[in-house]
Amino acid sequence: MSIRIDGVSKSYSAYPALKNVSLTIRDGEFAALLGPSGSGKTTLLRIIAGLEVPEGGEVRFGQRDVTHAPAASRGIGFVFQHYALFGHMTVAKNIAFGLAVMARSARPSGEAIRKRIDELLELVQLPGLGHRYPSELSGGQRQRVALARALARQPRILLLDEPFGALDAKVRRELRGALRLIHNELGLTSIFVTHDHEEAFTLADRVAILNSGEIEQFARPAEIAAEPASEFVRQFLA
Amino acid sequence: MRRSSHLREPPAVKALLIVAALGYVALMLLLPLGAVLAQAFAAGAKAWFAAVTEPDARSAIRLTLLVAAIAVPLNMVFGIAAAWAIAKHDFRGKTLLVTLIELPFSVSPVVSGLVFVLLFGAQGWFGTWLQERDIEIIFALPGIVLATVFVTLPFVARQLIPLMVTQGRSDEEAALTLGASGWQMFWRVTLPNIRFGLLYGVLLCNARAMGEFGAVSVVSGHIRGETNTMPLHVEVLYNEYNFVAAFTVASLLALLALVTLTLKSALEWRHRDELAARF
Repeated sequence: MSIRIDGVSKSYSAYPALKNVSLTIRDGEFAALLGPSGSGKTTLLRIIAGLEVPEGGEVRFGQRDVTHAPAASRGIGFVFQHYALFGHMTVAKNIAFGLAVMARSARPSGEAIRKRIDELLELVQLPGLGHRYPSELSGGQRQRVALARALARQPRILLLDEPFGALDAKVRRELRGALRLIHNELGLTSIFVTHDHEEAFTLADRVAILNSGEIEQFARPAEIAAEPASEFVRQFLA
Repeated sequence: MRRSSHLREPPAVKALLIVAALGYVALMLLLPLGAVLAQAFAAGAKAWFAAVTEPDARSAIRLTLLVAAIAVPLNMVFGIAAAWAIAKHDFRGKTLLVTLIELPFSVSPVVSGLVFVLLFGAQGWFGTWLQERDIEIIFALPGIVLATVFVTLPFVARQLIPLMVTQGRSDEEAALTLGASGWQMFWRVTLPNIRFGLLYGVLLCNARAMGEFGAVSVVSGHIRGETNTMPLHVEVLYNEYNFVAAFTVASLLALLALVTLTLKSALEWRHRDELAARF
């Protein structure tokens, strides 16, 4: 599902976090929001998710205007940097959360939910770990569970906030590969936030580079490397 | 002798520290508690039983339980709401709210009681208005409840605020992005995350609500069999040189405190796996 951001602005107390940002992400695209800390990349992602409300501008998923729609109704999956798994629930319960909170009439049967949990554990390569608690898993495994949980309700859009930020280099590489495969297999439209330009360039179809609340350049990695749009981009990639 | 760590003291110092700590606890906590129990049972178990079942004692016990049953749930709901607002939202006056919640801890209980007399007493601001309508607050149950609520207000909130601030907002945000409604988020994510802190706060709040003397003493009027709570009843009996009865009711109060402690430890023990599973 395509995502269109049109003239979005947001400020925190005094300083502006986003200044009139516009961006269109195509259906099925894997996009990265890249920038130094304080550039507004996470704020933009949270506005797309519905965790922040913009002061101006518009967000559209396909034809639907979601600017003021609550996060719960947007049909997105969201992955947090520090996993945000529910510590008092097993892995299986964590994954099933999105299904368990559905209205009774729409909720799948217990049997269907169990089947879905197994499918998702298979998808993120953690089969048979459903009975464990998050604290019994490694960081990489936790992030895989968080990914499975975000995908349980079959969202068309997947949003990831520095998903590899808390992981070491080896786990990070493995998880990157797995994420790209899942994105392709499910035909998702995905946006991830990172401050690591190598990560953005290896994983994303297109990269948006942000600086002080504005988009400096939004293009394919090869194009950005060949023709940086500004002095900031040139320096940031150096 | 080699020291294995910079934090390890020589054995003699260690032994001295342990003995000092245990001795202090024995002298300041166990000895008085033992004295209360010894005095209470000085005339035998029969006298003890008679003293707790006589009508005025029964009425004091009933009143204490009733007041706690009203004040504790009120402060529990308030504590959760206040901690939620402070930990999960940014708003003007947040620091002021945190400071105000702590106020009852720094105000003398007697003053806390007097405030309500000044407001609702016969000579108070709303005194005439209340009298015209035949509403009794001071020297009656509402006054005792108000004073108890005031004194025990910080317990739950203070337990929860630092806990919820540390936990942050991401669990709640995760629940929202997964399609949960506000209520589902609260019941399924927030409440389980804070339940042990909440339980601890409620137990402390309850212990204080049942044991409060100063504030309640000011607003109660000490009407035997009517507005005497257990702590007040103890004082009345003591002043009448009825030591056995006084210590009997006191021992019951002390027992309530012990039950509270045991309950807390038992719950922690039963849920130790889950507690250890938290990260």
